[in-house]
Amino acid sequence: MRKMTAEGRRDPAPSLIAYRMQRLWLTPSFQFAIKAVLPAAAVALLANWYIDGEAIRRTLNADIKDIRRFVAERPEFMVRSLSIEGAGGQLEGAIRDIFPIEFPASTFDLELDRIQSLIEDLDSVASAELYIHPGDVLHIAVNERIPVAVWRVGDALMAIDDEGSRVAALSRRAERADLPLLVGEGADTAVPEALAIAAAAEPLKARLRGLVRVGQRRWDAVLDRDQRIMLPETDAVTAMEIVIAFDHAQNLLSRDLGAVDMRNPRRPTVRMRAGAVDELRRIRALEIGGADL
Amino acid sequence: MRQLYESQRVMRNMRRSAMQRGVVAIIDVGTFKVACLMLRFDGRERRSEVDGVSSMAGQSAFRVVGAACTQSRGVRLGEIETMNETERAIRTAVQSAQKMARVRADHAIACFSGATPRSFGLTGTVNLTDIEVTEHDLARVLAACEVPDEAAEAEVLHAQPVNFALDYRTGLSDPRGQMGKRLACDMHLLAVDPDPVRNLVHCIKRCDMELSGIASSAYASGLSCLVEDERELGAACVDMGGGVTSISVFMKKHMIYADSVPIGGDYVSQDIAMGLKIPATTAERIKTFSGGVVAIGKDDRQMISLADGSGDREKDDRVVSRSELIGIIRPRIEEILEEVRKRLDIAGFEQLPSQQIVLTGGASLITGLQDLAPRILGNQVRIGMPLRVRGLPQAASGPAFSSSVGLCLFAAHPQDEWWDFQSPTELRARKPLSRAVRWVRENW
Repeated sequence: MRKMTAEGRRDPAPSLIAYRMQRLWLTPSFQFAIKAVLPAAAVALLANWYIDGEAIRRTLNADIKDIRRFVAERPEFMVRSLSIEGAGGQLEGAIRDIFPIEFPASTFDLELDRIQSLIEDLDSVASAELYIHPGDVLHIAVNERIPVAVWRVGDALMAIDDEGSRVAALSRRAERADLPLLVGEGADTAVPEALAIAAAAEPLKARLRGLVRVGQRRWDAVLDRDQRIMLPETDAVTAMEIVIAFDHAQNLLSRDLGAVDMRNPRRPTVRMRAGAVDELRRIRALEIGGADL
Repeated sequence: MRQLYESQRVMRNMRRSAMQRGVVAIIDVGTFKVACLMLRFDGRERRSEVDGVSSMAGQSAFRVVGAACTQSRGVRLGEIETMNETERAIRTAVQSAQKMARVRADHAIACFSGATPRSFGLTGTVNLTDIEVTEHDLARVLAACEVPDEAAEAEVLHAQPVNFALDYRTGLSDPRGQMGKRLACDMHLLAVDPDPVRNLVHCIKRCDMELSGIASSAYASGLSCLVEDERELGAACVDMGGGVTSISVFMKKHMIYADSVPIGGDYVSQDIAMGLKIPATTAERIKTFSGGVVAIGKDDRQMISLADGSGDREKDDRVVSRSELIGIIRPRIEEILEEVRKRLDIAGFEQLPSQQIVLTGGASLITGLQDLAPRILGNQVRIGMPLRVRGLPQAASGPAFSSSVGLCLFAAHPQDEWWDFQSPTELRARKPLSRAVRWVRENW
């Protein structure tokens, strides 16, 4: 109705574009995009562009390293000595030998996980715990493997613990004469049973040479004079005790036997040697009077 | 009728979704000004623990966060005449309101005063299927109202059931659950010419907003200016706008009649401009600052300068006494009031128990109206200010904004309209299966 001419008052109405722009600006998601997303993206882009130079990156890395070293070498973060607990003198020496870091060192440089796995790789260490005392001491608590038997594989001798893990290599059997000797493939998987058998054979200790794993399933106890007690797969200890009882009652093992076969515990069998068989026949012939056999 | 149901239901659903989203724009497209209020709905109102009444008597569910008003353009007699100009005016108002509110509105509720509103009183009667009145019976009785052909062609703005009668008892506001045999209903239907409504819808769509409600400004002014008792006992609200003076009569809390007189405050300015041979803007200013309708002796001596900076001394030196100005203004105001009186007489206003008349709207601000109006309209006349709503700026709380405020109330607490009831079976011809199910359910 009222025409606004060019020389008259300016049209107060917003143009359609201005109107739409204002409505767009008042849209909450658009405002968020402009006020939060866009500045963040711009900053990220600028930072990326700045870092993109090789020289700048190198100096930045050097700076970061300097700062890190400055912090890491504060006395509060330094470790000056090592204390080892639960290890014998030989093992402690071994741990100190393989310990990869020289003191004083910063806690930032101590990779406790790696040191722990390094120590646990030692044969005679079952497990190790490492922690840094609030002072400046790195404490290592070692759980040592205890050798319970000697295992012979071919010509090699080694001490093993009750899990069958190797503790130490031996050059001679006499080094650990106190431990029972185990022989045979798979002997390391049945160490507790072997120990129980050895304990049951305590009265024969002087004669027991060792235990042989047969077919990875049962044990033979080998005595001197080439005697052998063949034990069953199950209840080997009971069978051993039965043999000991026989020995007590009838001096079984002091006779000229090749083997006592207990593989079937309900039917113990004795294998005699050739000389003993001849002797037996001779005695029987005497008894029936045919002296000149 | 089907179409009416559907379009109004679409608008109602849009209004609900807009209220859930929180922001609605109120646009009052008037002849003199375009006002835009931004409403923010922030949840349920808090009620007092003592008496269960909230501080704002139920109007605190929303808050006005933006208000703007601009000179209207391209509107004549309350109808859009030049679409582009009106669109610009609406855009100006909406933009500054949005700027103030700092939020955009996607839904708008609009009111306008033109398009020759016509009131129809409809009556419908049905026999109840059951002894008790059910929701379905209400729908049936509403559907039984016979719509005159004239109204069927027009656009229906409001269709409100105002009274229910059950057998021989009348004056029931909610007959649901009551026992009876025959249910009758009186409905007030306000119809307007369809084309101006379409123009308005289109105009608002061109401002990138969805129209989610439309009301007659007569109804909106009545909502905001009449107090509860007046609306209950019977009162008329006369909204004296720029181009149109609209009348709404309320009774028992319902609008029962609405009409409009196509004369308004702009005519007064035009009379002054023609009578004193000055530009329309100067005439408007003189009317606003010095206008009045009752002259006293002192007014002969009070001279008003007609200078408008034209540079022509003959024009700029002219003066006019205030009594002369009043002599121009008064006949036009009297004409408006007499026209209003006539319309009220046609409507049978004197039969109401109380005959309160409330004048509001921008033209009611003229000095001396409270002395002039009783001579024509009777003793019970007052100048009405719209209800105070939260957040409304002082500049937008005068009588000129009564229909905007009324629209706020309309948006927050819409009265039950015809289409808010369950739509009756008769109109659901498209779903025979559900009809069969319903028939089975009702008969066994």
